[in-house]
Amino acid sequence: MSALIRNRQIVPNDVTILDDEAAAPQNGNFVVSLARWQKDNAQLRSLSVDVGVRLPNTADLTTIWAELEDRKLIVLDFPGFADGRAYSQARLLRDRYAYKGEILAVGGAVVRDQIQGMQRSGINSFLLRADQDPNVCLTAFDDFASAYQRATDKDMVIPREHRRSNSL
Amino acid sequence: MYRYDQYDQTLVNERVAQYRDQTQRFLAGTLPDDEFRALRLRNGLYIQRFAPMLRVSVPYGMLSSKQVRMLAHIARKYDKGYGHFTTRQNIQYNWPKLEEVPDILADLASVEMHAIQTSGNCIRNVTSDHLAGVAKDELVDPRPYCEITRQWATFHPEFNWLPRKFKIAFSSTTADRAAIRVHDIGIQIVRNDKGELGYQVYVGGGLGRTPIIGPLVREFLPELDLLSYCEAVLRVYNRLGRRDNMYKARIKILVKETGLAKFTEMVEAEWAHIKDGDLKLQPQDLERMKSHFTEFAYDKNAAADTTYADRLREDSAFAAWAKRNLKEHRQPGYSIAFVSLKASGVAPGDITAEQMDAVAELSDQYSFGEIRSTHEQNLVFADVRQQDLYAVWLRLRELGLATPNIGLLTDLICCPGLDFCSLANAGSIGVAQDIFDIFENLDYQHDIGEIKIKMSGCMNGCGHHTVGHIGILGVDKKGEEWYQVTIGGSAENDASLGDRTGPSISRADIAGVVEKIVDVYLENRHSEDESLLKTYRRIGMQPFKERIYNTAPAAEAIA
Ligand code: SF4
Repeated sequence: MSALIRNRQIVPNDVTILDDEAAAPQNGNFVVSLARWQKDNAQLRSLSVDVGVRLPNTADLTTIWAELEDRKLIVLDFPGFADGRAYSQARLLRDRYAYKGEILAVGGAVVRDQIQGMQRSGINSFLLRADQDPNVCLTAFDDFASAYQRATDKDMVIPREHRRSNSL
Repeated sequence: MYRYDQYDQTLVNERVAQYRDQTQRFLAGTLPDDEFRALRLRNGLYIQRFAPMLRVSVPYGMLSSKQVRMLAHIARKYDKGYGHFTTRQNIQYNWPKLEEVPDILADLASVEMHAIQTSGNCIRNVTSDHLAGVAKDELVDPRPYCEITRQWATFHPEFNWLPRKFKIAFSSTTADRAAIRVHDIGIQIVRNDKGELGYQVYVGGGLGRTPIIGPLVREFLPELDLLSYCEAVLRVYNRLGRRDNMYKARIKILVKETGLAKFTEMVEAEWAHIKDGDLKLQPQDLERMKSHFTEFAYDKNAAADTTYADRLREDSAFAAWAKRNLKEHRQPGYSIAFVSLKASGVAPGDITAEQMDAVAELSDQYSFGEIRSTHEQNLVFADVRQQDLYAVWLRLRELGLATPNIGLLTDLICCPGLDFCSLANAGSIGVAQDIFDIFENLDYQHDIGEIKIKMSGCMNGCGHHTVGHIGILGVDKKGEEWYQVTIGGSAENDASLGDRTGPSISRADIAGVVEKIVDVYLENRHSEDESLLKTYRRIGMQPFKERIYNTAPAAEAIA
């Protein structure tokens, strides 16, 4: 069973990701694929629950952002250890579109050794791969205290620190 | 040179701890093999033919004497007493133990060094001209820009899992010594007609299986926009670069398949969104970085020295070295001295721990405590007073580091090949030795002039064979070592890819073929000033082909 980390806390897994064929549950929030979201859009929007959307890592946000804008949850896919495409999707969501909702990472690369990079790219929740120990994973966020690139609020951004100390 | 501040140091220390933890989890069996592989590669650790190989980063080739002493210490303590300088200005150790790598990294961190991103599908070590800051033909010192880029690229969260490796190089001179057009991003620092500094940006050059000379993507990028533009290029690549086929995954293939115009349009569109964001450099960022690379306190009276001229007259061996291994410095009375790592009987680029210590010592005494590594696998003392050159030479000669062959035929570059690399089809170090033996006579080499021979043990092209004046590529023919030969490549401003001579050549014949090529060149050149490259471009492949394959002109059907 996969554990869920949200905002650096281990929380009960409350995410239901539907197969494209599965019927929508009667109550409770769930996530559908982008394809299903586009196909059954009117019907899904009429439901009283929150429907999240899972993007394939090949999706071009510039063409689909308008359809996602009001979602509270966007799920990004990290299918394999070496496939980093969704990192760019996360950056675009946060930086270009100023998306404020939850971004959840799922897939085979959601492990101890990648989640800090994911967090720094703007992802705030992580459905860990089944073999991962969530307590070990939590320590990943403390591997580095600062970074050369702008990152999450917690981390120090080195160029920014330099500019600040320069203007003192 | 650049010195770490508290942030840089902390980051590198944290990296050592992180990697130690990864190694421990791997050894304990909780980190799967293939994942540890990807992680250790991002720390420069390969598992090679016989043992792991650790590649240590030397950002744009700059080393302090203290760092070189540490490299010597590591060679002694964890390796077999030597290291190997690569064509990317880095140093490699061929025999470290996997369990000890965290300790090696800790030792490196103690002298502001690391192995971060020296391998793996991420942004690699930023490289530049090994004569940066002292070259006569330089517009501005490229190193501050290299360091700014290095920092931006270090642990960039978005670009750590790219389709393939990514290399960035800077040049700021009219003669490109950094081969920028065979890099994923090649940056030429320029001034526009308004007198403003900026960059010409080339994207999608590269060697390997599909060698391509990188096309110009932006004619002029303003100085402060360096990082945002690189980020835009990388973002397009990370999203769209091919991941289905490792051999088509470099950005050069994306540029080629997308078409230059369309690719450029995508980069520009991306850049438009981020150019005025926080990646935009501020003048103070540049000033801060430039303050790390100020000129040394040169001896104002250095040019008054007359002993150097005397020594040149008196000692012909010294004069031969001076002619070949010195380059002109901007500062009157100073010279740039090359330390040749190409001696007979030694693999190109190899250096022992004792030699490293002695080089460090010499740099402390005579060259402000700094050493540089070059793309051609040699070292450089960049700031030596002419009156000290004789002493430097005497010591280098004792050390076997004074072969007067810089730029000559035996100053060839070559990858580790079959001797160390598990991907190799054929050996390259042995061939280098055969070539050394044929052209042993240095006077003869001087007569031949500057020829760049580059050799790789396989298509990956770590030895840059495709841009060698003479390129040699190891191929496998039914389990035997064979070699494909090219002529006419160049990595300089007139960058071009070499053309194949014809069928591949056996191990026994390969050095002889190099000799034949040289003979044809000598017979055909108009004067000593006509290089092999120029001669080849004038007379074409035919005369070379005939000599190499012993074909009479009439018997040769179609080229
Ligand atoms: S060119 Fe091939 S053989 Fe040589 S080092 Fe690179 S991968 Fe190994």
